[in-house]
Amino acid sequence: MFSRVFPVQKGMFDTAGEASSKIKKILKKVGIPPDIVRDVAIAAYETELNLVIHSLGGELTLSVNPEIIELISQDVGPGINDVNMALKEGYSTAPDDVRDMGFGAGMGLPNVQRHCHEFQIASELGRGTTIRAKYFLKNN
Amino acid sequence: MLVSDLIKLIDAEEQTTGVLDQTIACGYTCDLLSWVMAKGKANCAWVTVQTHMNVVAVASLHDMACVVCPEGVRMEEASVAKAAQEGIAVLSSPKTAYDICALLHEAGVPSV
Ligand SMILES: Nc1ncnc2c1ncn2[C@@H]1O[C@H](COP(=O)(O)OP(=O)(O)OP(=O)(O)O)[C@@H](O)[C@H]1O
Ligand SMILES: [Mg+2]
Repeated sequence: MFSRVFPVQKGMFDTAGEASSKIKKILKKVGIPPDIVRDVAIAAYETELNLVIHSLGGELTLSVNPEIIELISQDVGPGINDVNMALKEGYSTAPDDVRDMGFGAGMGLPNVQRHCHEFQIASELGRGTTIRAKYFLKNN
Repeated sequence: MLVSDLIKLIDAEEQTTGVLDQTIACGYTCDLLSWVMAKGKANCAWVTVQTHMNVVAVASLHDMACVVCPEGVRMEEASVAKAAQEGIAVLSSPKTAYDICALLHEAGVPSV
């Protein structure tokens, strides 16, 4: 069992993707099956970019034990007004300059949901958002 | 098909240097990063007009073979350097994304 924390800063587009890249490398190195590595990498990338684009800053935490991989994205705000809306394909509040870079398709959270075995999201305005994606390593 | 074959096929210039021996297994074109995140595959040739660092992050997470910039678009130098580090070729072609994909398809490279 091990656990690693990756801080992610708001607005840091030049380094965006580095946390998910590290997560992918760690999982590969410890011998996680390639299809699960890919799924976790997708979830890590999407939550990392959401921290960069939409949050005031936060962190990704990767925990691995022989049965379960858990990826947690946690931030310090601003929180999501309507979580059900945020989970819909195509829904995005990304500003125009960020859309010009190819973000803001409103596909990030649906991608995370589609690429994990168990998904949880909790958000409170003014406090922040926590997203948990779990992967079960046995019987899958 | 190898990256070196694709360079000839689409009259491309390689912006990275010497990343030529990757195999191309499939192709995709889209400029929306989370679509590419959802669809990307290993050894993919990805055609996009986006040129910033995050393109490389997406390509690298999927172990893609190359990123192709159409219509003479050139990728930013910092992104090219990062791509080279990750073993991903960056190509710039004068052809449109449509023509590049058509040529890939004609040459037997399937969609993702
Ligand atoms: N950590 C977060 N803090 C605050 N709001 C968030 C956070 N993550 C997502 N959201 C909200 O949920 C919406 C949907 O997120 P999602 O990742 O699906 O799409 P997007 O980031 O807008 O576009 P894409 O991911 O396709 O580039 C966002 O536009 C934003 O309003
Ligand atoms: Mg997103």
